[in-house]
Amino acid sequence: MAVRKPPITTREYWAPGHAACAGCGCAIALKLATKAFSEAMEEKYGDPNAFAIAQATGCMEVVSAVFPYTAWKVPWVHVAFENAAAAASGVEAAWKKLGRKGKILAIGGDGGTADIGMQALSGMLERWHNVVYLMYDNEAYMNTGIQRSSSTPYGAWTTTSPPGKYSIGEDKPKKWVALIAAAHQVPYVATASIGNPFDFVRKMKKAAKVDGPAFVQVHCTCPTGWKSPLEKGVEIARLAIETGVWPLFEIENGDFHNIKIQPPGGGAKVKREGGKVVAIEFKKPIEEYLKLQGRFKHLFKKPEAIDELREQIKAMWKVLGVDVTLPKPEE
Amino acid sequence: MPIRTVMKANEAAAWAAKLAKPKVIAAFPITPSTLVPEKISEFVANGELDAEFIKVESEHSAISACVGASAAGVRTFTATASQGLALMHEILFIAAGMRLPIVIAVGNRALSAPINIWNDWQDTISERDTGWLQFYAENNQEALDLILMAFKVAEDERVLLPAMVGFDAFILTHTVEPVEIPDQELVDEFLGEYEPKHAYLDPARPITQGTLAFPAHYMEARYTVWQANENAKKVIDEVFAEFEKRFGRKYQKVEEYRTDDAEIIFVTMGSLAGTVKEYVDHLREKGLKVGAAKLTVYRPFPTEEVRELAKKAKVLALLEKNVTFSVGGALFQDFSRALINQEEKPKIVDFILGLGGRDVTFKDLDEALAIAQKALAGEEFDEVNWIGLRKEIL
Repeated sequence: MAVRKPPITTREYWAPGHAACAGCGCAIALKLATKAFSEAMEEKYGDPNAFAIAQATGCMEVVSAVFPYTAWKVPWVHVAFENAAAAASGVEAAWKKLGRKGKILAIGGDGGTADIGMQALSGMLERWHNVVYLMYDNEAYMNTGIQRSSSTPYGAWTTTSPPGKYSIGEDKPKKWVALIAAAHQVPYVATASIGNPFDFVRKMKKAAKVDGPAFVQVHCTCPTGWKSPLEKGVEIARLAIETGVWPLFEIENGDFHNIKIQPPGGGAKVKREGGKVVAIEFKKPIEEYLKLQGRFKHLFKKPEAIDELREQIKAMWKVLGVDVTLPKPEE
Repeated sequence: MPIRTVMKANEAAAWAAKLAKPKVIAAFPITPSTLVPEKISEFVANGELDAEFIKVESEHSAISACVGASAAGVRTFTATASQGLALMHEILFIAAGMRLPIVIAVGNRALSAPINIWNDWQDTISERDTGWLQFYAENNQEALDLILMAFKVAEDERVLLPAMVGFDAFILTHTVEPVEIPDQELVDEFLGEYEPKHAYLDPARPITQGTLAFPAHYMEARYTVWQANENAKKVIDEVFAEFEKRFGRKYQKVEEYRTDDAEIIFVTMGSLAGTVKEYVDHLREKGLKVGAAKLTVYRPFPTEEVRELAKKAKVLALLEKNVTFSVGGALFQDFSRALINQEEKPKIVDFILGLGGRDVTFKDLDEALAIAQKALAGEEFDEVNWIGLRKEIL
């Protein structure tokens, strides 16, 4: 009987035994990211282990490196919350001087990237370090107990954006860090999701293989912070793609005129002009994504807030050059 | 042959870095130490120094990049001052806790507010509890020498702590003085290549650095930093002795000047030590029994040497360019602690002076002397005295 080659390496760099919550979407992201990185290093340098990680403080750091244990089977360093990109810059410079072949992977959550780490990220990208920055985006400060970040979507409950008499929950639109990263005109920027692991792996490999800086923002679920069923993480992430909430795209060399959109699936109709996606008609309403998460529960009592979110999503797609139709659920 | 030339302390610091051959330097411009990275970037641009120079976007990233590079296993250097050092504060603890032998050159400068670019020691003094070793240079030659020695001490396996070398803003950073640049070969022999045995990021032998420690381990980790500081005392003596043997210049943790038979000893650090030695000469001519002492090393605090010094005087007059509010100066605190359980101890009088670049003149020192003499005579005296204050504008 023929043995099928596994779709991705069976080598593990983020080892079992870490202390992440049950159902943690970010743990899936890191597992896939390091596997993809390893494959890329093998293809590029002939050495699957030719990489090191510099990681920001956050969930994925505290659950993986509790002295005297480690979940990392790859050289790994953590410094602080806001400086994964700066620390990675130093590691990369040192490797350059040591004549070591390989690539540095910097990892940060949305707080450590979109907020407090934004400056260091910008510096690292602008200085053109040979680093891939992976932002795992679970849309709030989960490590400190679910406080809002600038990557928290409109309407979401967090402990610092509670819905109340005068509040709908988070009252600002989500900050799109991938677009800010792309403005540095670096070789490669992409969004990804654990809801489409093959696309994510492809993008991580691509990011790892470019010469120069790259940025990947991966959407990953957090059952604790999103108040969602443990077993539905990947399904929820996929619904974010299929309802239009989470766009999957790539921008190379800062060319905003040539954004590559990955088809969302879920029955969405994609309209192309000259090979370029110009419009998407989504079939699944965003409510299908929202309803599986306790953090959006209160929105269903105020449908106008969901409409506001719909408008924000449309506006975001507009920036990507795509007209989207977002259906309302059938009455 | 060593080159005898004239240069600013900033240039001396850059030269020290060049001679030490760090592989990664990350720096951000800040007055008064900007010339250090400028000069280093010239060395790198001209191929005189084979290093990666990272032009970071802030001091926070400068020290973060240094931590990354040092964790990757290479010799690492940066320079800063004042607000820049303060911006590094958080990462200074991390560098020490991760036992990374990074060296920082600091052009000692006052902290805002009000914004002030001139000299005092509040910047480095404020970092005294980070675990970093601290050296203070009296002149430009010392700035160069101490940076070389700081690398040697920091990288010693018994220490493995980062080190900062302070030299006074403008008084040294921007003032040209004679400096001897040692031979590269001799420096190479003295320092050797940095070969990391505890901190490296090598795929062939992966390790995890910068972990989380639960209460079961945190205290022990902190204690190792304490131990390393204690170990550094002996290592510094050894390195100072070796440096003297190789380069002919003698250094001591506490350097004494005309302290034999002294009744009052002025104690200070940095460039002020030069002024105070002059002042002591001036007083000795008048027949006054005074001496001076200079702390070249402030962390680890040279407790034993301070106790020996204290045996020689009836009054220790501390001259310091920093403030610890409601206490006096940091040295006052340190000296008090060093002497509190000694059977016989001198009186300690504290003087805060020269903040924010105010000149310290003989007139100011006369003011301090008069108070020290009161203490000597057994009269009442204020423990903490602000010298050279312009009371008319208060």
